[in-house]
This record gives sequence, structure tokens and C-alpha cells, in this order.
Amino acid sequence: MSVIADPIIDPKRALRAARIAEFKSFARRFMRNPLGMVGLVIVIALLVCAALAPILATHDPYLPALSDRLAAPGAEYWFGADELGRDIYSRIIYGSRLTLLIVGLVIVTSAPVGLVIGAIAGNYGGWVDRIFMRITDVFLAIPKLLLALAFVAALGPGIVNAALAITLTAWPPYARLARAEALIVRNSDYVNAIRLAGASDFHIIVYHIMPMCLSSVIVRMTFDMAGIILTAAGLGFIGLGAQPPLPEWGAMISTGRKFIFDQWWVATVPGFAIFIVSLGFNLLGDAMRDLLDPHLRQRR
Amino acid sequence: MAITLLGLAALTFFIGRVLPIDPVLKIVGEKASPEVYQRVFLELGLDKPLWQQFWEYITKILRGDFGTSFSTTRPVLTDLLNFFPATLELSTLGLLLGVVLGVPMGVASAYWHEKWPDHLIRIVGLIGYSVPIFWLGLVGLFVFYYRLGWVSGPGQLDVFFVGVVDRWTGSILIDSALQGQWEIFFNAISHMTLPTILLGYYSLAYISRMTRSVMLDQLTREYVLTARLKGASEFRVVMGHALRNAAIPLVTVIALSYGGLLEGSVLIETIFSWPGIGNYIYSSLFAADMNAVLGGTLLVGVVFVFLNMLSDVLYRTLDPRSR
Amino acid sequence: MSENLVEIENLRIAFPREGGMSDAVRGVSLSLGREKLGIVGESGSGKSLTGRALLGVLPSYAKISVDKMVFDGIDLTAASPKLRRSLRGGRMGMILQDPKFSLNPVMRVGLQIVEAIRIGDKKLPKREAFKQALAVLEAVHIRDPERVFSLYPHELSGGMGQRVMIAMMVVREPDLLIADEPTSALDVTVQTQVLSILDELVTRRGMGLIFISHDLRLVSRFCDRVIVMYAGQIVETLRADRLNEASHPYTRGLLACLPTIDGPLDPLPVLQRQASWLEARP
Repeated sequence: MSVIADPIIDPKRALRAARIAEFKSFARRFMRNPLGMVGLVIVIALLVCAALAPILATHDPYLPALSDRLAAPGAEYWFGADELGRDIYSRIIYGSRLTLLIVGLVIVTSAPVGLVIGAIAGNYGGWVDRIFMRITDVFLAIPKLLLALAFVAALGPGIVNAALAITLTAWPPYARLARAEALIVRNSDYVNAIRLAGASDFHIIVYHIMPMCLSSVIVRMTFDMAGIILTAAGLGFIGLGAQPPLPEWGAMISTGRKFIFDQWWVATVPGFAIFIVSLGFNLLGDAMRDLLDPHLRQRR
Repeated sequence: MAITLLGLAALTFFIGRVLPIDPVLKIVGEKASPEVYQRVFLELGLDKPLWQQFWEYITKILRGDFGTSFSTTRPVLTDLLNFFPATLELSTLGLLLGVVLGVPMGVASAYWHEKWPDHLIRIVGLIGYSVPIFWLGLVGLFVFYYRLGWVSGPGQLDVFFVGVVDRWTGSILIDSALQGQWEIFFNAISHMTLPTILLGYYSLAYISRMTRSVMLDQLTREYVLTARLKGASEFRVVMGHALRNAAIPLVTVIALSYGGLLEGSVLIETIFSWPGIGNYIYSSLFAADMNAVLGGTLLVGVVFVFLNMLSDVLYRTLDPRSR
Repeated sequence: MSENLVEIENLRIAFPREGGMSDAVRGVSLSLGREKLGIVGESGSGKSLTGRALLGVLPSYAKISVDKMVFDGIDLTAASPKLRRSLRGGRMGMILQDPKFSLNPVMRVGLQIVEAIRIGDKKLPKREAFKQALAVLEAVHIRDPERVFSLYPHELSGGMGQRVMIAMMVVREPDLLIADEPTSALDVTVQTQVLSILDELVTRRGMGLIFISHDLRLVSRFCDRVIVMYAGQIVETLRADRLNEASHPYTRGLLACLPTIDGPLDPLPVLQRQASWLEARP
């Protein structure tokens, strides 16, 4: 019986096949995680709401109908109407776009910035590392909500400012993550090998350090999305996020607060929406972490 | 640590002076007269170069001068110290609740990994950190105060009790107990119940999740097997060995989570009209009182840094390997 | 041999894996008297699992089935968890591979031994337990027992740590000791030291020893009998001094790739695995 295996004929095709097989195995295991599936469904529902808002909404979210002020939930207004007679259900549907916008803005800015800072710090070491890590430590030690608050107070309220403020405190964990990976990778033999072969630092950072971070980054991002939604809602509640008449969920709770005792639906429903979406991202994050963490894989 | 504090001060300075187009306007408001404007302009030293402004800012802070609040016309630091104890009281009780309930929940969750206690506890925790805390507060008020009448409403005390107890420590519970004012003491508890439970729930959701994660890690380690091989009872293995090791990172995590509770108080206090720092910052925000807002942020930031330092010290004390 | 200390018949252990169960131990039977038995095999052969099954410390998701598992007349399959726990440490002990991981890092090593002692006798006064702990530290040839008592595991060298582990497991004078790769994490010079201590203790106290290792030569020098395992099954049982009479090709292959100081200078043969070795044995 031959001991040496047949040589691989087309390495590129083999690599792609291996990646597809890995993805399929991942998908199979994911589908066996019921809570994770629930999370996925919620997130997809959010995306659908945002994309198909005009179709899913029953009323115009901005048009007041003062004769129907504070109407109770019923056939006409599924979740009731707010203090200007606007349909709460439709406002929630349109509000999903704002939610996605904020989450998207923050993630798209904070993650790459953090990763790059961390990767550079870890890869170069020395005083570069020390300075970057000091900066990271400063931002990590700062109260998130308060900083965002002060920031928006100084610059003025609005969605973009709120997103910017949240980004300020959202990037440090990514820097830490990337730096940890960079430190491991930097000293490994295979990186030394390609360095001897002439690879630039840029090449090493992009093609070797970044991919190693990928699974941790994905998990972190998913959890972050839940946190961002809560922080943004908090800012909206205080009045520093999206301004009226935009149907931002946090702001809706704030206006509904005045009527909490008799027309409880005005404040309750938007909060429920925030809860469900945040829950969805957390469930998804939990499932991803269980699946991507190599330590936990052995048990199944 | 000093560098972190410096960085924090730099950030507040940046936000207060550099970011706004007109920092003076932010402080004095739109309706101020030209004389007031000019006075504050010179006070802030805005005619001087930026680094000199920063230097003066830092030296002022070190002397305790956080500026003057334009809405209360008192020094900001005085205001902050006035309101801090109420927040501390709430956050500390919340943390206590979180630890006393959260740690055992996390341990149980890890020990019965993937069995029903784990699932149950995880769901409870999941809800805790997915829910917007201010919303839960609102709903809680509606159900437990308005509909059921089980607890008192917003405010630290019923209106006619305010000011009766002398301020010794700033903590209403301690002060009223020390002064024998038991009716006030129980009234305070009634008001405090809902916000404390809320913060406690928020805290235990996080703590139980962290405990679970750390315990899961420890329970797979070899020394746990050794303990079992010695014939130790499961209780001893989990508590005396795994938890003892898990405590090291866990204690630091818990210390840091206190900071999160302080932050959460900003939102909770506005709903419950609690006379703490959160409420102070919130109202200052709407009075456009930048000095107060930044001063509050700075103070809480300092507490954060202190908590970081504390957790480092705790880690080093508990872990024999790091000495 | 005299009436057997351990008897195992048809032990099977399987683990849940993606797509079904994976058989790790497939029908292992062995018996042990008060002698030194070596179990040799490569990683994944199931040798460690066999030892752990005997002690009852396999994870709960492992599926175990066995026709007969008896320790000193006690039927382990019918025994309650409480009974099995009382046997552990008191009548059966196990030494793990690396003291860096197998000792509790935040507890002084002396106290870890004291814990073992007091599990055996809850009413023993502290001072007496401390005395016994110091005594057993001396028995494993630790020269300064009082000083070592108060040390933490990370302050010990590998050899000392392993000796502490041994001390902890023999202090209650068990009848059976299982050593799972006890010297694999040690330097060669320290290995001999630890082995001689093990030998001394086992012989002096008349214990049965199961020595699990991947090192065939080591095991053959140390033990009376050797069992060779491959892919979850026993492929050969030999007396240690009759190794050269090995009949199974796997054993012969293993023996052939061991270098000898006075052997020929030709390159050593590479073990050629045959699929037939995986087949279930009767």
C-alpha cells in the first residue's frame, strides 16, 4: 500500500473547495443552534424592514393626524398613534433604517481604525507600540456614554454626530484584538520566512495579521452592534441623537414618556423594538462565538 | 495612570474648547451681554495660544477648579460632590445585588453547561443586557408604581421628607439610620427599590455571563481533574478550586463593571428623578451648561481610571504568579 | 498472578462527533495484579482514556460501555458515584503529565497535599495532617520539605512538581496507581529520578501500577508486562523482558525504529501502517 498521497493537482481549486467545505460545515453547525437561528431571523427581519419600509408601513411616518392623537392600538393604528397622531407601527418600521444607519456608520469606522492601529502597534513594537497602546488605554478608560454625551453636546445633536461620538469609544477593543494577534504572528516562523523572502510590513499586516483576527472580529462586531443600538437609543432618549420628526426609537421613548401612565404604548413599543433588535444581535454573537471559538468546538 | 488622566483631561478640554465653534457662547448662552461674553472670554484665556490654555486648564483642575456652573452659579466641583453620594448609593447597592446573584448564577451556568439551568440563566442574562435600561425603568415604574402600587414613585424620598435628615455622609440610608429617622429610612428604601433592582439586574446579567465564561475555562483545566482524582466532592472542586482561580480575572471584571453602573445611572436617574450625578449632567445638558457637563464627565472619568487601577492592584494581590 | 486488583472486559468508549459517534476505545480487556503494567501507544490510541474510565473521570458526554470492570472485588459498573468518588484518592490514584497544569496554581503545594489527606480523614487535626504531608514530601525525596510546603506550583521545577503530584496521590496509600505519561514533560535526567521514586514507592507499598506512555523502551525497562494499543484496541500483550518476541507487525515496527547506540548506521525504517491493523479484533 502506498504511503505517499497523490500530489494536489490544482492548489487554487483545492483551496477554494476546502473553503467552501468549511463554510458548509460552519453553516450546518450554525443551523443546529436554535438561539442563533432566532438571532439571525431577527437581524434579517431588521434588514427587510429597512429595505422594504415603504411597502411594509401602513401610514406615512411623518404626517401628523391631530384628530387621532394618542389613539389606542387597534385596526387602524396597529401599535397605536403618538402625540401627533402618527402611526407608531409605521414609525417603527422607518426607524429601522435609522438604527441600521447608526450601527453601520459606527462599525464601518471604528473597526477598521481600531484594527489598523492595533496591527501597526503590535507589528512594529517599541515606542510605536507604547504610544498607540497608551492612546488606546486612555480611550478605554473613558465612560462611553458620557463622552458621547459631551461630544454631541459640544457639536450639536444629530445622527452623524451621535455616530461619530460612539465611534470614539468603540474602536479600542479592536485595537487590542489586532495587537494581540499581531504579537503572536510577528514572531512566528512562517512570517519570518516570508519576511526573508522580501514581504513588506504592509503585506504582512494585510495578508497575515488581519485574517487571523477575522473570527474574533466578527464575534466582537456582532456584540458591538447590540451595544451600539443601546447607546444610540440612550442618546436618542436624552435628545442628542436623530432629531424630530425623524422616527428614531430612543427619541420616541422620550416623547412617549410624558404619556406613560395612560397611553403606555407610545413609549413601550419603541423600547420593545430596541430590545428585540439588540437581543437578536446578542443571540447571533453568542452563536458565532460558540461556533468560531476553537476551544469550544471539541465538545460537539 | 497619570498619562491616562492627562489624556482624559485632554479629551474634555478638546471637547469643551476646540470642538465648538464658539466655546464662550456654549458657556454663557446666546442671551448673554457683551460684557459677560468678554469676561468669560478672558477667563478662558481664549486669546492665548492653545497649549497655554491647556496648561491653565490642567492646573485649574488639579486645584479643584472645574469652572463655575452657569445654571447654579456654584463651582462645578461643589455641585458634583453634592450629588455624587446619591449616585454612589444606588450604584453600590446595584453592584452588590449583581455580585450576590450573578456569581452563583454564572457558576451554576458553567457547571451545568448546555443543560437546562445553563439555558435558563443565559436567557435571563441575555434579556438583561439586551434591554435598554431606561425603557425597562419606565415600564417598571408604570407596572410596579402606577398599576400595582408596590413601590414609591420617582424621587429619592417623598416630597415632605426632603431636607429633614441632616447630611452626614450623603447616603440617605446611612444618614437616616444613624439619626434614628426610621420612617424616612423605609421611605427611602421604598423609593430606592425599583432603580436598585434595575441596576442590579443590569449588573447581574453582565456578571453572570462573565462568571460563566471564566468558570467554563477553568473547569476544563487539569488541576480540576486532579482535585477530582483526589476524591474531592464536586462542591469542593467547583468552589474551592475552579472558582478560586476564576476569582482572579473575575474580580477585576467586576471592579470595572462598576464603571458601567455609574454610566447607567445617567439614564436611570432621569427617569426616577434621582438627585445624583446623572441627573445633574442631564439637566446641565439642557441648560447648555458646558462647564457642568464636562466637569461631570471628567469626574466620572477619574473614577473610571481609579477603578482600572484598583482592578490592577486586585489582580496582583490575588494571583501569586504575578508577584 | 494472585487475585487480581483490576479486571476489565470489553471496554468501549465513544465520543459524539459531527456526523455520529467516534470510537476511541474499542473492546479493551486487561487484568492487573500487584505488578507494574505498561500501556504503550501513540496519541489517539486510547491508552489515557482507559485509565480514566477505570477511575471514573471521563467527561459526561463520553459514552462508556463495559462487560466487566472490577477493582479489588468491587464492581465499578454497579457502584454509586459516591462510592467511586471515595475510591478515588483513597484506593486508586492517578498521576498526570505536567505539574505546571495539573497542580492548582493559586494554592500552596503543601496545602494541596493536606487537602488530599483530609479528604481521607475529615476529622484529622490540622497539625497531624501537616505532619503527614511533610512526611510524604520526604518520601518522594524532596530535601527541604518545610520550605517546599509553602511554595506555589509555579515556583517549582518540573521534577519537583511531579514529585509533589506523586506525593499527593500516594499519601493515602492507595492500592492502585495509574501514571499517565508521568515523565513525558520532564528532562531526561529528571525522568530517571522520578521513575526511581515511583519504583521505590510502588514496590515498597505493594501497589499495582499502570504506566501509560508512548515510549516503548522506557516502559519495557520499567514494567513487568507491556500492553500495546493501536487505534483503540490492544494489539499485543507481552512480558517486558520478552519484547523481542513481539508478533504483531505494529509492535515490531515500533521496535525497529528505536535507535540503539551500537546498532547499524543505516537509516531507521519508517513505520508502514496497514489498514488491517484497524480491523476489530475478536
